[in-house]
Amino acid sequence: MALANEAVARPRSVSLDVHAVSHAYDLEGRVLDVLDGIELAVRPGEFVALLGPSGSGKSTLLRLAAGLERPRAGALLEDGQPITAPDPSRILVFQDPTLFPWRTVWWNVATGLEARGLLAKHRHRVDDALALVKLETFANAYPHQLSGGMAQRVAIARALVNDPQLLLLDEPFGKLDSLTRLSMQNELLSLWQKVGFTALLVTHDVEEALLLANRVIVFSDRPARIVAEIAVDKPHPRRRDDPELVELRRAVLATLGISADV
Amino acid sequence: MTDAIQALGSGGYASAESAARIWKAGLYAALAWAATAVVTVALPDVVPWGSAGLFAAITGAGAAILTVLAFSVSRLGKAGERIIYYGPWFIALGIWFLLWEVSTAKLGWLPKPFFSPPHGLLNVYVVDGPRLLVCILYTLRLWGLGFFSGIAVGFIAGVALGWSARVNYWGMPVLKLIGPVPATAWIPATFYFFPTTFAASIFIVALSAGIPVAILTASGVSSVNRAFYDVARTLGADNRYLVFKIAIPASLPHVFVGLFMALYYSFAVLVVAEMLGAKYGLGWYIQFQQAYSGYANVYATLIIMSVICAGIIKLLFVARDRLLGWQKGIL
Repeated sequence: MALANEAVARPRSVSLDVHAVSHAYDLEGRVLDVLDGIELAVRPGEFVALLGPSGSGKSTLLRLAAGLERPRAGALLEDGQPITAPDPSRILVFQDPTLFPWRTVWWNVATGLEARGLLAKHRHRVDDALALVKLETFANAYPHQLSGGMAQRVAIARALVNDPQLLLLDEPFGKLDSLTRLSMQNELLSLWQKVGFTALLVTHDVEEALLLANRVIVFSDRPARIVAEIAVDKPHPRRRDDPELVELRRAVLATLGISADV
Repeated sequence: MTDAIQALGSGGYASAESAARIWKAGLYAALAWAATAVVTVALPDVVPWGSAGLFAAITGAGAAILTVLAFSVSRLGKAGERIIYYGPWFIALGIWFLLWEVSTAKLGWLPKPFFSPPHGLLNVYVVDGPRLLVCILYTLRLWGLGFFSGIAVGFIAGVALGWSARVNYWGMPVLKLIGPVPATAWIPATFYFFPTTFAASIFIVALSAGIPVAILTASGVSSVNRAFYDVARTLGADNRYLVFKIAIPASLPHVFVGLFMALYYSFAVLVVAEMLGAKYGLGWYIQFQQAYSGYANVYATLIIMSVICAGIIKLLFVARDRLLGWQKGIL
């Protein structure tokens, strides 16, 4: 695994601690409470899914973890160090691939290395990351030439090339068609198993959360509190129709206040 | 499936057939051009204009070339296709020259000095060619210095206005006030501030080019999708990287709209800018000839100016297509 062959061996993953985090936005003079006393500890290498109603502040927690914003109260710690600014060790993958349309696929993936002045020495890492998402033949394509699934794979490669120890995924497959979504879920899973980063996945797809995560955290409506925490102790690969998963799905839907007969 | 094969087959036949055929539009065009040549030499001018023989020779040569092309154009491949595409234009030009000749020089319906036949304009280039050439160089020097310094300053100002909230707070209202004022209105002030009239002229051209570039660059930079900045920041980008590698490339489509506007504005003020004590230049030449009712010279110069302007616009399009190739499919 070429991406792992760093001169300085770094730990492949970090822990993320969320301590009593509350956050709010000012909206046209009103204060909109988004997060209310979130308490969460993610172990190194763990895959945690955040599940909740839309607009419940799941994405806000990811922005805070990425360091794009500071919480109004509480603190977020990466391996015990407070998170105050964005850092390439924690990369956020958005629902939209948000590729830079003026850059080829190769240069999109190279962005992080270029921004930190590492590109000259580490050009091969761009090629490796593209190979990892099976897009090496599209290196010179522009984003508008890609399908939705390919674009999202480029976005994931753009994150992975930086060797993130914490990958923050904000509904990364939300806009993909259902077949593409299934194959992307498998790809993400195998990347996580191969590379070994800590993953925090925001999703509103209960099945996706149960298929991928070690632990599923269920958020309430805004302002979000954690209403349930479900450990999924099944080894990967998991089957969608596994009776235990079906049972868990029923339980999760119940915590979200939705009948499982849907 | 069979339909597709048939369609392909018939398409192949059609092109083979047209290859064997003669290019009719070329023949009609040749006819019109030949008629112009004959009329120009055969009928006397109402008032002498000069260069009638030369014009007849040129249009006659054009007719000869068009005749040859009419039989050979299908063998010229891609260039031939372009020539065929412009066939109707060659016909129109020939008819236009003919009507123009007849109504001005031959019948005098459109009289001297207000109108000129085509060979009258040709005569200007023949008689005053060297002086016009010097004027072209002077104009290009003034335009080049003004345009490029204007768009450089306008671009930098636009990036600052679009990027920095503080620069925007102070700069945007000023720009919005100055923007609609015609650049030529600043002539009195520029005379006071600039040591030479040449520098003042450059400033007027620069101002007319700089303002649209500044406004559109600013709007381009400030309308960049915020998510691009978030992505770049999580990937470790600093402010410098955000400006040069995200904000500027993302706003280039806007910048190019500004550049096209700058080009037109700068050409429009060029004539006025050359009134400021210039000794050469196409604008100066137009002014000078107008004073002596040399309208043929004025028309001849206007043709030169529009050809230069069209050429520069073409260059700008080429530059845009090279730089903004990534936009294909987005537009």
